[in-house]
Amino acid sequence: MSNKSKRDNGDRLLSSSVLTDNAVSIKGLKKSFKNVIVLDGIDFDIQKGTVLALLGPNGAGKTTTIHILSTLLLPDGGIVRINNFDVVKDANKVRSLIGLTGQYAALDEYLTGRENLQMIGRLYRLSHKDIDRRTDELLELFDLVHASNRAVKTYSGGMRRRLDLAVSLIASPPILFLDEPTTGLDPQSRLIMWDIIKQLVSSGTTVLLTTQDMDEADHLANKIIVMNGGKIIAEGTSEELKLLVGSERLEITITNDDDFEQATRVINEENLRTDKVSRKLSFVTKGGVHQLKQVLSQLDEANIIVENISFHSPTLDDVFLTLTGHRTNTEAESSGKESGGMYID
Amino acid sequence: MARKAEVCTLTRHYVNNDVKAESRSKLFWLISDSWVLAKRSIKHITRNLDQLFSVALFPIMFFLLFRYVFGGAIDTGDISYDNFLVAGIFVQMLAFGANYTTMNLAIDLQRGIVNRFKSLPISRTAFLIGHVGADLVRNMMTGLIVIGVSFLVGFQPVAGVIDWILIFVLAALFSLAISWISAILGLIVKSIEAAQWIGFIVIFPLTFVSSAFVPTDTMPEPLKFFAENQPLTQVIEAIRAWMVGTPIGDYGWLSFAWCIGIIIVTVPTASWLFKRQTIK
Repeated sequence: MSNKSKRDNGDRLLSSSVLTDNAVSIKGLKKSFKNVIVLDGIDFDIQKGTVLALLGPNGAGKTTTIHILSTLLLPDGGIVRINNFDVVKDANKVRSLIGLTGQYAALDEYLTGRENLQMIGRLYRLSHKDIDRRTDELLELFDLVHASNRAVKTYSGGMRRRLDLAVSLIASPPILFLDEPTTGLDPQSRLIMWDIIKQLVSSGTTVLLTTQDMDEADHLANKIIVMNGGKIIAEGTSEELKLLVGSERLEITITNDDDFEQATRVINEENLRTDKVSRKLSFVTKGGVHQLKQVLSQLDEANIIVENISFHSPTLDDVFLTLTGHRTNTEAESSGKESGGMYID
Repeated sequence: MARKAEVCTLTRHYVNNDVKAESRSKLFWLISDSWVLAKRSIKHITRNLDQLFSVALFPIMFFLLFRYVFGGAIDTGDISYDNFLVAGIFVQMLAFGANYTTMNLAIDLQRGIVNRFKSLPISRTAFLIGHVGADLVRNMMTGLIVIGVSFLVGFQPVAGVIDWILIFVLAALFSLAISWISAILGLIVKSIEAAQWIGFIVIFPLTFVSSAFVPTDTMPEPLKFFAENQPLTQVIEAIRAWMVGTPIGDYGWLSFAWCIGIIIVTVPTASWLFKRQTIK
């Protein structure tokens, strides 16, 4: 009796302190390139069979994190484990557990789709019989059978991404890293990718993906980590992040500058943002018809002519504005050039 | 049975847990991985028209240039210029061909595909062996074309079967040696553009300041000393001796020693450079 409880106790200690049930476990991860700090103490875990999204602008450190996890880069400090294997000490073991789909399709242009799959299959050390079976399965699943004997250089962007992901899956790795899997894809290809990722997760794969798109993180991830300048600035489910940011914004465009000036005085809503150049006002809605009616009647009473009304889900930019008080670097640069517009909180 | 099929369609085989990695020795996988990657690069030769074009056209161009433009003005003594030239062009083309290792390696490193290879459980050296191995195949093709063309312009070799075997064994060794040097260049350069010219900066002086196209006797003293003692001349003179019966002297063993020596130094250097890129 006492013997048994001792053993149970030992097992629990072992599982909690040394071995975890997490597919990915990162503690105090640091990385610098020359004098530039790219990752400044990152901690997170990914539970097996779940999806975690790293959300952040260019330069936040998302890709560097993925590169360290997939053994392409060595960390400067911290502990990084994949299924309890250390990415530095057990790099080759880690490599047999992961699939990586980078930002740019990592395919051989001169080989056919089928040959790409077969080549990587053999490099994952599968038997020739398994390679042939998996190749046929994946070509069919990713709707590439018709193009399987054509050189990849003739493929469209969407086809390349699908093949790239198929190649990562040839050895059925339990853990998959997807670096901006839908960047640059047309809306339809994007939906197809989302569907594939969802199905992968439902068959038990653990996924870490990076994205600049709040909507994508919202659709796919069980948990979202917001990164900026090599640090985690927020984490939680998409609902938790939305509570933080506000769920939806109502955006009103006014027809002329005079009316716009007046409208900014008339509307008295929480978290109001105005953009003089495009004559847009936006604020957090609680989603009620009452509020909408009230705002519209206020504008109507002041004889202000409304050009357009629309609802917006919070974007990465909104998350950033709320969390850091400034816009994402890339966004600020481009919008600054285009419109000279400024948001005033 | 029916139920099993149903489960299969549900999970749709995105993941197939029946698929397992084979377990074999490390050496087996080093050879297998290198072969798989070499096969990839060999397919590039036949599918990339630019490469195929230069493999066939370069030797023909150089042959015609030296044989008919410069050849008449070059005095090679007892032996006709046709016969003198073949060994020179043969080795020069092998040396030029190695530039493809530099180029193709640089292209792979600049594009995303190297990250895929690095994330696989393969030996890092296999990636380099794959490139160099494909270069060897390309160079052997070039070598055969050179010999073929040379017969058309009046080449009359005296080589027997054993001489031809020695010629191609040395050609293969030389090709490997220079490809490993080119691999190091490909790992050092920062851009594909640089890869295009860096090889020629190294290979041009080595091929022209040698006995490839002219006897070294007429060169000024320091240049002559370099030309007579650098590895390409040893290889050219050895092959020339086997082909057309010029005196072999020490060229035979010296050429093998140079090639093997270069390989012994460059293979670990290139592997180390490639591994270091991961650690950055």
